[in-house]
Amino acid sequence: MKYNWNWGIFWQLSPDGRGTYLDTLVAGLGWTLATAMAAWVIALALGMIVGVVRTTPTRWLRRLGDAWVEVFRNVPLLVQMFLWFFVVPELLPASVGTWLKQLPRSAFYTAVVCLGLYTSARVAEQVRAGIQSLASGQRMAGIALGLTLPQTYRFILLPMAIRIVMPPLTSEFLNVIKNSAVALTIGLVELTASARSLQEFSFQVFEAFTAATLIYMALNLIVVIGMRWLERRLAVPGLIGSGQAMPLAGH
Amino acid sequence: MLTAFDWDVIRRTAPFLFREGMTFTLTLTALAMTGGIVFGTLLAMMRLASYRTLSTAASAYVNVMRSTPLVLVIFWFYFLVPWMGGWLLGATRPIQVGAFLSSLVTFMMFEAAYYCEIMRAGIQSIPRGQMWAGYALGLSYWQTMGQIVLPQAFRNMLPVLLTQTIILFQDTSLVYVLSITDFLGAASKVAQRDGRLVEMYLFVAVVYFAISFGLSSLVKRLQARLTVPGR
Repeated sequence: MKYNWNWGIFWQLSPDGRGTYLDTLVAGLGWTLATAMAAWVIALALGMIVGVVRTTPTRWLRRLGDAWVEVFRNVPLLVQMFLWFFVVPELLPASVGTWLKQLPRSAFYTAVVCLGLYTSARVAEQVRAGIQSLASGQRMAGIALGLTLPQTYRFILLPMAIRIVMPPLTSEFLNVIKNSAVALTIGLVELTASARSLQEFSFQVFEAFTAATLIYMALNLIVVIGMRWLERRLAVPGLIGSGQAMPLAGH
Repeated sequence: MLTAFDWDVIRRTAPFLFREGMTFTLTLTALAMTGGIVFGTLLAMMRLASYRTLSTAASAYVNVMRSTPLVLVIFWFYFLVPWMGGWLLGATRPIQVGAFLSSLVTFMMFEAAYYCEIMRAGIQSIPRGQMWAGYALGLSYWQTMGQIVLPQAFRNMLPVLLTQTIILFQDTSLVYVLSITDFLGAASKVAQRDGRLVEMYLFVAVVYFAISFGLSSLVKRLQARLTVPGR
């Protein structure tokens, strides 16, 4: 039993007309990065808002935030992908639905929205935990000083909380990159999908997947190093440092 | 919109969805959880071992798994398992491996990396003196681990292990990429056959939500019960 290794495959021309197989992979990497980055922007923005809302004294707002997190956390990402891609355009008014379906790169936009909202629930959970880990005296002190509630969040709670949640946010960012691979099910040719197409055209299964795995690992490493640098820059002087807290289940 | 909603397709196909699809999903989840926790615990013990080679190998494995998307891992094992099987059995060609076995191996090996990190934290939360006490009593490494450390680590980490299992349950839907008839796969087949994508996918989402939400509420209750007051 012998597998014919051929590492030179990456320099051969691929039938997709993009040039070599390596170019196919690089194009896939580009889509992975674009999807992950765009989704991460949505996730951070929405996640911050929802996370803050879940710690406010207003009851119905808190409920709304909780519901948001539960809905996005308890439905598999793949099912959410299908809902956004197949179901949402049908539920909208016919003209809007048709426009959505005919949009060029609709798979990309769908993936960004879906992944962004999915991740926003996870970011919100981290932000909430960060805010709640602060001593309750800080909030009271802010109010006692005459700050309004938004001011208390802006000047007292959030600057601390965001620094505390940096390490878990790093792993959420890594998750966005990895989860973007799910978008191949709705036809986005990102990194995993291009490795798959390389495999289907050239039959060099293990070379293709090895290359993709190495690229994902390199991405991970870059993000981890970058975030560590950012964490050091933003570290609160005098704190022991956030280190590894309790592990949370998740990907 | 909703007036065109065909409830009947759900009623008609629900027995098929649950009998074929959900059975597959739940079996896969249960077996992958068992295998993943066993293998993950072994990995955690390796990571904490004092032999450099063992701990390096284990952390390399865990880090590779944790930085690779599950979809890619599914494809990896789909092609790798036949070769591994052929090599193990000394066959001249890669052997035929069924879809179930292939996805079971995938999820066991993949989730083991995540269970490993949970169990590692659990083992590390036990005071080192307990290991020494075990050795002082003349117990071997395996006896100390098996009878003193691991039961406590397991108990402390039970809520996190279960939460990870709920995630595993949701993740098994990704076997869709191998066209396997799990719960989502079954629904997707019906959806495409009958042209009822809206109904079927909404139904799938509701079912997944109900199960995951119900289980995670149970885990929360368990966690509240296990927490030592005042700590």
